[in-house]
Amino acid sequence: MLDVQNIHKAYAGFQLDGVSFQAENGDYYVILGPSGAGKTLLLEILAGLISPDDGQILIDGRDITDDRIQSRPMGLVFQDLAVFPHMSVRDNIAYPLKIKRIGKKETDQRVMEQADLLEIGHLLSRRPQSLSGGELQRVALARTLVRNPRFLLLDEPLASLDISLKQGLRSLLRKINRSGQTIIHVTHDYEEALVLATKVAVMHDGRIVQMGPADEVFHHPGSEFAARFTGIRNYFPARLYREQERQYAELENGMLLRLITDETEGQGFVLLRGEDVFISLDNLPTSATNQFKGTIIDVSPYPYGFEVLVDIGFPVYARITRESLQSLSLRAGREIWVSFKAANVRFVRV
Amino acid sequence: MRFQPFQLFLVLLSGVVLLFIIGPLVGMFVSTSPADVFESSKDPEVQRSIGLTLWVSMAATLVFALGGIPLAYLLARKEFPLKRLVMGIIDLPIVIPHSAAGIAVLGFVSRDSYLGQLGSFIGLDFVGAPAGIALAMAFVSIPFLVNSARDGFLAVPARLEQAALNLGASPMRVFFTISLPLAWRNVVSGLILMFARGMSEFGAVVIVAYHPMITPVLIWERFGAFGLSYARPVAVIFIAVSLVFFILLRMLSRPRKDA
Repeated sequence: MLDVQNIHKAYAGFQLDGVSFQAENGDYYVILGPSGAGKTLLLEILAGLISPDDGQILIDGRDITDDRIQSRPMGLVFQDLAVFPHMSVRDNIAYPLKIKRIGKKETDQRVMEQADLLEIGHLLSRRPQSLSGGELQRVALARTLVRNPRFLLLDEPLASLDISLKQGLRSLLRKINRSGQTIIHVTHDYEEALVLATKVAVMHDGRIVQMGPADEVFHHPGSEFAARFTGIRNYFPARLYREQERQYAELENGMLLRLITDETEGQGFVLLRGEDVFISLDNLPTSATNQFKGTIIDVSPYPYGFEVLVDIGFPVYARITRESLQSLSLRAGREIWVSFKAANVRFVRV
Repeated sequence: MRFQPFQLFLVLLSGVVLLFIIGPLVGMFVSTSPADVFESSKDPEVQRSIGLTLWVSMAATLVFALGGIPLAYLLARKEFPLKRLVMGIIDLPIVIPHSAAGIAVLGFVSRDSYLGQLGSFIGLDFVGAPAGIALAMAFVSIPFLVNSARDGFLAVPARLEQAALNLGASPMRVFFTISLPLAWRNVVSGLILMFARGMSEFGAVVIVAYHPMITPVLIWERFGAFGLSYARPVAVIFIAVSLVFFILLRMLSRPRKDA
């Protein structure tokens, strides 16, 4: 278990102000925050590149705060990747094994294993200068994974990739995590947290303002910042498929949503902004292809109006103004219709 | 592109400077007969002095590289109090007169000094000996190595060293597998600069050791004793030897295409 206690640090214009969190073995822990929140600084402190002004880092109860960088069980993949330019891909991946004086046969075998896992086996004799961003990302990841770090630290691993590469790397990261690798992943993109995290911590101005299981943080943001930053109120696991040139997302309860997306078929998450959900008293003819009858469960204020929680077979949040709330006289228990356009339903593949 | 009068003026001035460098050298080569050069190249005294100059400068460079390269690395990577002062001290040998540098080195290694006494205790003479020549050469040429190597280390992203540490490498391994290979081009050109500067040194060496005679001192002696026409062939030979190293340096310090 990784136990980070009350880390304080002021460094190069960034500040950490009493950061604490715990990651259990096997967690996919996403630290979510805008740029400037101090996420990278936190990772560099975990890896030992920077010492904290105050606070402790414990692994299984042992204090490693003052341990040397090279003896920590932390594998950090930098945002700028830091692939060694003077070595081939093979030598990059083999670098940590050579340090441990592992024999040539075992080294070759482990390099091949990692390269296969990351689908870069065909690049082994290439030089980093000739690789694309996505390929470099995988080389950096392979080089870190090959030494079996207790904790894999990822600094914005998807930020520089285009959409199709993101999808591939996301499923890869999930696969690595499912195989037992504990991952600490920092990002500014809540979609990454949504599809990858088992636990989420939301960071703001050098503090963690909320943390917990991903579901809890996304469904019950504890502050206005968390609510705004975690962005989307409606998200559901779903399977994307295509039938007669129409795209559908099938929710876990079997319900179907129409949507328009560039993503490929398969498992993922459906995202829908509360602002894009319309409420009407009747089944009106509109251009919205998703229309459901439902019952209002709850009406609660939020900073820019009201949030109406409707059960339409699954819970959906709609954000509306005070005027709409009053003119439609919406209240808990009332039966209404909910509609949203296929184009406003987003899908993220995992 | 139209040629502006001002640019023409610049080109003219530049040409004068270039001519000033090339003129005397070419003049010397032209006014020295190949027969004289050939004759001089067979002179055992000339051969000995060129051999001596090359190996002593090479030895000085290699020995001082052992400390000079680590110093360059420290200057590139670490912040410490009085760092600017240290960098100033390293440049000092470039600005002081080389005869004065020779006097300083002589005082440092003379038989009355601690170093001189220590040397004679283990049977190593400095004054009038290759070891003294090497020290004089190193004194005036070490800044070239340190500065060039420091620029090389500065150009290596610290990120790469951090990544290597994170992958489990010790700082020493990081230095030998990441920093040094990536700064290698600058380090080598620093070594060649130091070597070239050392072997062309006259002022400091002549004070510490007139004998055994390195080539710059030999040229000086032949000029003083026999005149221009006797000094010239030796100078031509030595310049040719120096040019070989100079061209090597320029080739090495060419910007790399794949970087």
